[in-house]
Amino acid sequence: MRLRTNGRLVAKNRPVHFTFNGKRLQGYSGDTLASALLANDQLLVGRSFKYHRPRGLVAAGAEEPNALVELGRGDRQEPNARVTQVELFDGLAARSQNHWPSLEFDVGVINAKLSRFLPAGFYYKTFMQPQAFWKHVYEPIIRASAGLGRAPETGDDHTYEHFNVTVDVLVVGGGIAGLAAALAAGRAGARVLLVEQTSGWGGRAVVDRPSIEGISAQDWVNATLAELDAMPNVDVRLRCQGAGVFDHGYALAHERLTDHAPKQGGPRQRLWRIRAGRIVTATGAIERPLSFAYNDVPGVLLAAALRDYVVNFGVAVGERTVIVTNNDDAYRTAIALHDAGLDVPAVIDARTSAKGELPEQVRALGIKVLTNSGIASVDGGKRVTGVQVCAQDGEGTVTETIPCDCVAMSGGWSPVVHLWSHCGGKLVWDEPHAFFRPDADRPPLGADGEGFVIAVGTANGHLFTAEAIADGFSAGRKAAKVAGHTRKPGQAPMGDDVAEDALTPVWIMPAQAPYKLRSKMWLDYQNDVKVSDVQLAAQEGFQSVEHAKRYTTLGMATDQGKLSNINGLAVLSNALGEAIPRVGTTTFRPPYTPLPLAAITGVARDELFQPIRKTPVHAWHDAQGAEFEPVGQWRRPYAYPRGDETAHDAVTREVVNTRENVGLLDASTLGKLIVKGPDAGKFLDMMYTNMMSNLAVGKCRYGLMCSENGFLMDDGVVARMDDDTWLCHTTTGGADRILAHMEDWLQCEWWDWQVYVANVTEQYAQFAVVGPKARQLLQAIGGMALTKDDLPFMQWASGQIGGFDVRVFRISFSGELSYEIAVAAGQGAAFWDMLVKQGEAFGLMPYGTEALHVLRAEKGFIMIGDETDGTVIPQDLNLNWAISKKKDDFLGKRGQLRSHMVDPDRWKLVGLETVDGSVLADGAYAVAEGVNANGQRNTQGRVTSTYYSPTLKKGIAMGLVKHGPTRMGEVIAFTKEGGGFVDARIVDPVFYDKDGEKQNV
Amino acid sequence: MLILHCPHCDRMVDETDLHAGGEAHVKRFGPGSEAEEFENYLFMRENPKGVHFERWRHVYGCGKWFLAARNTATLEVYGTYSAQTTEPPQAIRDAISAKQPGWSWGTFQ
Repeated sequence: MRLRTNGRLVAKNRPVHFTFNGKRLQGYSGDTLASALLANDQLLVGRSFKYHRPRGLVAAGAEEPNALVELGRGDRQEPNARVTQVELFDGLAARSQNHWPSLEFDVGVINAKLSRFLPAGFYYKTFMQPQAFWKHVYEPIIRASAGLGRAPETGDDHTYEHFNVTVDVLVVGGGIAGLAAALAAGRAGARVLLVEQTSGWGGRAVVDRPSIEGISAQDWVNATLAELDAMPNVDVRLRCQGAGVFDHGYALAHERLTDHAPKQGGPRQRLWRIRAGRIVTATGAIERPLSFAYNDVPGVLLAAALRDYVVNFGVAVGERTVIVTNNDDAYRTAIALHDAGLDVPAVIDARTSAKGELPEQVRALGIKVLTNSGIASVDGGKRVTGVQVCAQDGEGTVTETIPCDCVAMSGGWSPVVHLWSHCGGKLVWDEPHAFFRPDADRPPLGADGEGFVIAVGTANGHLFTAEAIADGFSAGRKAAKVAGHTRKPGQAPMGDDVAEDALTPVWIMPAQAPYKLRSKMWLDYQNDVKVSDVQLAAQEGFQSVEHAKRYTTLGMATDQGKLSNINGLAVLSNALGEAIPRVGTTTFRPPYTPLPLAAITGVARDELFQPIRKTPVHAWHDAQGAEFEPVGQWRRPYAYPRGDETAHDAVTREVVNTRENVGLLDASTLGKLIVKGPDAGKFLDMMYTNMMSNLAVGKCRYGLMCSENGFLMDDGVVARMDDDTWLCHTTTGGADRILAHMEDWLQCEWWDWQVYVANVTEQYAQFAVVGPKARQLLQAIGGMALTKDDLPFMQWASGQIGGFDVRVFRISFSGELSYEIAVAAGQGAAFWDMLVKQGEAFGLMPYGTEALHVLRAEKGFIMIGDETDGTVIPQDLNLNWAISKKKDDFLGKRGQLRSHMVDPDRWKLVGLETVDGSVLADGAYAVAEGVNANGQRNTQGRVTSTYYSPTLKKGIAMGLVKHGPTRMGEVIAFTKEGGGFVDARIVDPVFYDKDGEKQNV
Repeated sequence: MLILHCPHCDRMVDETDLHAGGEAHVKRFGPGSEAEEFENYLFMRENPKGVHFERWRHVYGCGKWFLAARNTATLEVYGTYSAQTTEPPQAIRDAISAKQPGWSWGTFQ
């Protein structure tokens, strides 16, 4: 309900309209969705995950576990938004989640009635047997009920961007400690980035209003911000959450730019990728719930959160609020409620006495304080109607019932240590305060071996203004100094505090609660984990906190246990009879709250997802309607369909035309590496299995490259350019990889060899003119002499063709008469156009990669990636002729001598022809007799390449078969897609022009 | 995300600009080596919690390989140095000893 008192953040003269589950509601500018829902008395905001219990708001910040809603529709749809972090704007549409058919009436609540049959570890215990049930019964049911919210169904067209920045000091958290840190570092001259996740500065101080430097906290915050804004070396950002801290001072921050103002232009969100010298975490603390029975009924919330709602937004949850606490701080809520004109029937304090300044103030206001007391049980279903009071040290015997419509609880505070811990910062248990705080002696270490994260303020366990602000200031100064900024920042601001008495840790209320009560004390609201579940886990032997977490799902919900972790592990420790620090915490992992995938993606989507490499002729291919296929980052034409041709028809036409007339292939993508220097020959003899040093200038040789393991990794034609220069062709995908491979050996093994390697792949366009009329075409164009005698097979020459400076290689990957012609990349398109135009008279047609594959398969030429898969050695492919026996050493030689590599039972390359002429399935296995130990059919080979051959008019294939080359003519069975077998005959892999006469004319 | 000093460029480089190349100071064994030597060369690697020597390449920069002495547990970097050496330079060893007295790694100490 909205109070008559004004909230500090809302403007009552600016109403804002929004909808919740379709209902039209009104809030004010400055409201969060949470405060606006409370103002409209919409207490029920969701259902819990397991029991579908009604859930209301518990918190006012990022730690909220219950109030997750779906926002927007279409391209703005966002699931699991925490209403406490959503700023209200006109037209906002929110829907509650995890209920069916409606929020008010939910049939899943039946799970709660079955709760005694759904204990911790229920899934593990139940879904084990019978095994056959898993696939058809258990898995579909679990999948259907898994997950909160709905994934967006349409794309998101908003812009998300990344900022990459380097700063001396990153300060996370814009409360007074963070502001003081930024102030000190800024005054010292350091480059500072200060980020705050909410839309306002000052953290708790501007709500709880201590005085700082003799002025109000708000005035001090305003003055500090003005000073920071005036510093050119300081950047401050609101709505920007420090999401994660990573190795060596790397951090991520997530800024929401227009989520709260959808009509404003510009990017929607921004991910900051920050490299910081030092990271100051001023991330505050989170109040802990108390574990009493039915502490999950809507209307039960954290005491400080209620104070936030009253002070910041002028809204309250109810008229009569009972406060239950184990510390002095919660008394501030009683005072705030009283000041707002609301009724506080009692403060229930679990401590044996409450004599601090704040409790005395509360008593002076006429509010009843009950010490050594606790809540035995909360009354009410969808809303609190009262509390039953008991003695804290007893078993829950009810001494009094107090009617009320709201319960504000405080179990003390836990510093937000997430960012400190993300990269390995260690924690220490602070016994007097009953919390884990950063252990300053064990911070995460940077590259220099020094701690690079400094936790300050309440995040460092300093709950009071004076020490928090001094802590922040000193850390800011220290962080700036590390970066060499030593200007004196002046005196630390002085804070003033009301003294508080110590808290008494309370993990279960009442201390001796029986099972009946413990089984209704919620620890994890979102995942429905109760005190009794954690105790059961301990009883069943899950003693490690990490095991207990997974067994009970404590802290595994979208809030990652921000409220439940410490309470849960305290209960676990007690159940195990161990001290809390001995049990320890689960691991804190980034991000602090979930990051949208779109923010992580940034602009790396659609055409910017991955750069596409295009040859100089790409535009021509595109204009011809080529079908492209990705080869590495290249796009290569797969085929050039004409008219209403299918791709398969086009491939057939291109193959036949290349065999009968002349074809043209854009081979520009093939890698071209220049290897040059006095030791280049010696070096290539190590790189290739064959001898390259004795290759004569002007000649070409096909070479194989192996890894030290002996496995074939790349192949290509090497040409000797001059005395100390070789040009090595690699596969299309191999240029960068092979260049790196060569550099590795040159830099790290043979660094005294004088060799340079340069990748010139993109400096040249290279086209293959292929087919019986290739020479006629080139001679008709005119230029250098290209007869068999002028330029024999496996030689190359420089010259001119049609006025273009070219380098022509007489090499063939098709078995036809073939000239591969390289021109400068800038001339590529013009040269191609000329070939196409002049080729018309000779029946020239371009062909794509699929025709290339068919042409090479008909000739039995292997393809890296088809015949090889990283486990194949050249000997498997009958390529012994390309493995030098004269060389003492080459990469892979020793590897190929190992017993498994010389095993005569290795599968070897053969050709395969189906008996019925059909095309074998790619990757199909050749079956052998019998079954293996797993009951699977034994195999004796597999298909590596398979095509329909237009030349032979039947299916042809290559494959690796056990003892294959000695089994020519034998018929073996291969698996078929969809089941069954097909017979194929083992044949020579060279299907066409076995003697190689056509390429050598 | 690590940040390492590229000795060739003399500048700090983000891990995204680098390519990790596994263990440093691996001695190659080729033809004529015993099976065990070859196995050690090809497959056996240190897996220390603590001082470690690694190969890195400044792949989106100068393209040069360099070596790094690093602590795998604390992420502290003791120094980076040229890849054209078969053992860590004395200065690097001293830097490690200053922080981790009595360290050893493979045959180095």
